[in-house]
Amino acid sequence: MFSYCTDPDTLSGLTWLSCYLTTGKHMALYGSFGTVLLLLAITAPTALALGFVGASAARSHIAPLSWLGKFYIAIVRGVPDIAFFLFFVIALDQGIEYLRHKLRCPDWSEPIRQGNDFVVCSAAKMPLSTAPQWLHEIYGFGLAVVTFAIVFGAFAANVLFGAMRAVPRAQIETAEAYGMSRRQAFWRVLVPQMWIYALPGLSNLWMVLIKATPLLFLLGVEDIVYWARELGGAKTARFTSYPHPDWRMWYFLALLVFYLVFTRVSEVALERLTRRLSRGQATAAGEALRKAATT
Amino acid sequence: MSCWQTIQDYGLRSLGYGERLLPRSDFTLCQQFTLIGSGLLWNIYFAVLALLAGFVLANALAVAKGAKTPILRKPAEWFIFVFRGSPLFIQFFFGYFLFLSLKGVSPVFTPFTSAALGALVVLFFNTSAYSAEIFHGALRSVPKGDLEAADAYGFSGLARFRRIVWPTAMRLAWPAYTNEAIFLFHATVLVFFSGFPAWQQKGDALYYASYFADKTFNPFIPYPILAGYFILLTLLIIGIFGLINRHLNRHLPQDARQRLRFRPNLIR
Repeated sequence: MFSYCTDPDTLSGLTWLSCYLTTGKHMALYGSFGTVLLLLAITAPTALALGFVGASAARSHIAPLSWLGKFYIAIVRGVPDIAFFLFFVIALDQGIEYLRHKLRCPDWSEPIRQGNDFVVCSAAKMPLSTAPQWLHEIYGFGLAVVTFAIVFGAFAANVLFGAMRAVPRAQIETAEAYGMSRRQAFWRVLVPQMWIYALPGLSNLWMVLIKATPLLFLLGVEDIVYWARELGGAKTARFTSYPHPDWRMWYFLALLVFYLVFTRVSEVALERLTRRLSRGQATAAGEALRKAATT
Repeated sequence: MSCWQTIQDYGLRSLGYGERLLPRSDFTLCQQFTLIGSGLLWNIYFAVLALLAGFVLANALAVAKGAKTPILRKPAEWFIFVFRGSPLFIQFFFGYFLFLSLKGVSPVFTPFTSAALGALVVLFFNTSAYSAEIFHGALRSVPKGDLEAADAYGFSGLARFRRIVWPTAMRLAWPAYTNEAIFLFHATVLVFFSGFPAWQQKGDALYYASYFADKTFNPFIPYPILAGYFILLTLLIIGIFGLINRHLNRHLPQDARQRLRFRPNLIR
C-alpha cells in the first residue's frame, strides 16, 4: 500500500501496523463489510415486500390464500431461526437444480436421489461447473439473500399483520361510508395509516436483521466472520511477511465494536423516523407533537 | 439393527456414552431421531443453567440500572448495551478466543475453552442483559398506588422492595420473561457453530441435524425432526412458565390475570 511497505522485516511499531492493516487480505476484510451492508440493503426491502404480501394474504377473504398467509407467518415460530437458514439454503439449491434438471434433461432415466446422493445431469448444475469463480460466489450470496428474505419476510408479515389490525376500525368504516370499495379502502386508508403502528415492530426487526448478518458465515459466504477467523489466526514467518501470534480475539473485538456502533446509529436514526412519521397521526405521540407545535 | 438397539447405542451419544462412531451410511429414521434427541440434552443443559443463573444477575442489573448513583448505573447500562447491541454469534466467537488467550496466561481458564463452560458463561451474560432490560422496565412500571400504599403502611427500604416492589415487578415482567426463556433456548443452537469445538463429535441437536443433512444431502428429514423437538420443548417451557405465572397471580381475580402470550423475539 505505502511505499515503505516493500520490506516489512525492517518495520516496527505504527508503520508496521499501517502496512499490516493494508495488505490485500485486509482489503478483502474491509470489502466484506460492504458485503454485509449490501446484504442489508437488498434484504430489508425484499423482506418488507414479502411481509406485505404475506400480511395481505393472511387478511384475505379467500380462505386458501388466508391459510397460506397465516401458515407463512406461523412457520417461523417455535423453531430456532438458524435451523431455517441452514435448511433453506440446501432446499433452495436442490429445488433450483431439480427444476433445471427436469427442463434440461428430460430423457434422464436414473433417479435423482440415489441413496445419500443428489444427482442431476451436468447441464442442470447451478451454477455450471465451467462457470468462473465469481459466478459461484454471486450465486452463493444470492441464495443467502433469498433465504434471509424468506425468513425475515415471515417476521415482517407478522408485524404488518398486527399493524393492519391496529388501525382503528372507524377509519375503515368511514372509508366504506364514503363509498370506497374494499380495495380502495385498503390502499387509500389502511396502508398509509398502518406504518406508524408497524414502526416499533419494524425497527425492532431491523435491529434483529443487523444482528443476524454474521449468520452469512454459516451459509458459506466469505463475510466478516470468515475473514476475521482467517486473518486473526497465528501466522509464522514462513507463510507471511507479517508474522503474528493468535489475534483472533482482537479481530472479533473489532467486529463487536462495529456491530455496537451500527446498532447505536440505527437506534438514533429510527428514533428520528418515528418522530417524523408521528406527525399528524391520531396516536399519543402524534398528539404530543401537535401540542408542542401549537403552544 | 432394531430401533431399541439404536437408542441404547446413541441415546446418550452427545454426552460421550454408548457407540463411539457416528453412523456413516444407511441412515435410518430411528438413528436421526435418537441422535438429534440426544443432542437436545446439551440445549436443555445450556438453557436451564443460563436461565437460573441469569435470573439472579438480571435482577441485580435491573436494580443497578435504576439506581440514582452513576457508579452503579453506568456499568449496568453499558453491560446491557454491549450484550444486547451485538450479535450473540459474535459474542460466542469473541468469548471463545478470549478464553483461548487467557488460557495462556493462567491454566485456571482451561475449562472455559470447552463449550460446556465457556459457552455457558457467554449465554449467562447474554440472557442476563436481555432479562435485566425486561426487569428494569417492569420495576419502572410498578403502579404508583402500590408504592403509596406501601408508604402508608410504613414500609421502607429493603422491606418495601422485597415485599411490594419486587413481587409486583416479577408479576408484570413474567410474560415477557417467558419469551426471553424461549428465545434463549433457541439461541443455544448457535453454540457449536461458533468456534466452540464439538469435542469427539459430542454436539447439540443442530450439530447432529446438520451432520445428517451434510451426509445424506437431504435437509428434508433432519431439520423437520429438529423443528419438531424444538416445538415440543417450547410448549413445555410455556407450560412451566404458565404454572409459575398462575402462582404469581394467584391472589388476583381470574379475569384480571395477565395471560401469557407467545411472542418470540427472533434472533439475537
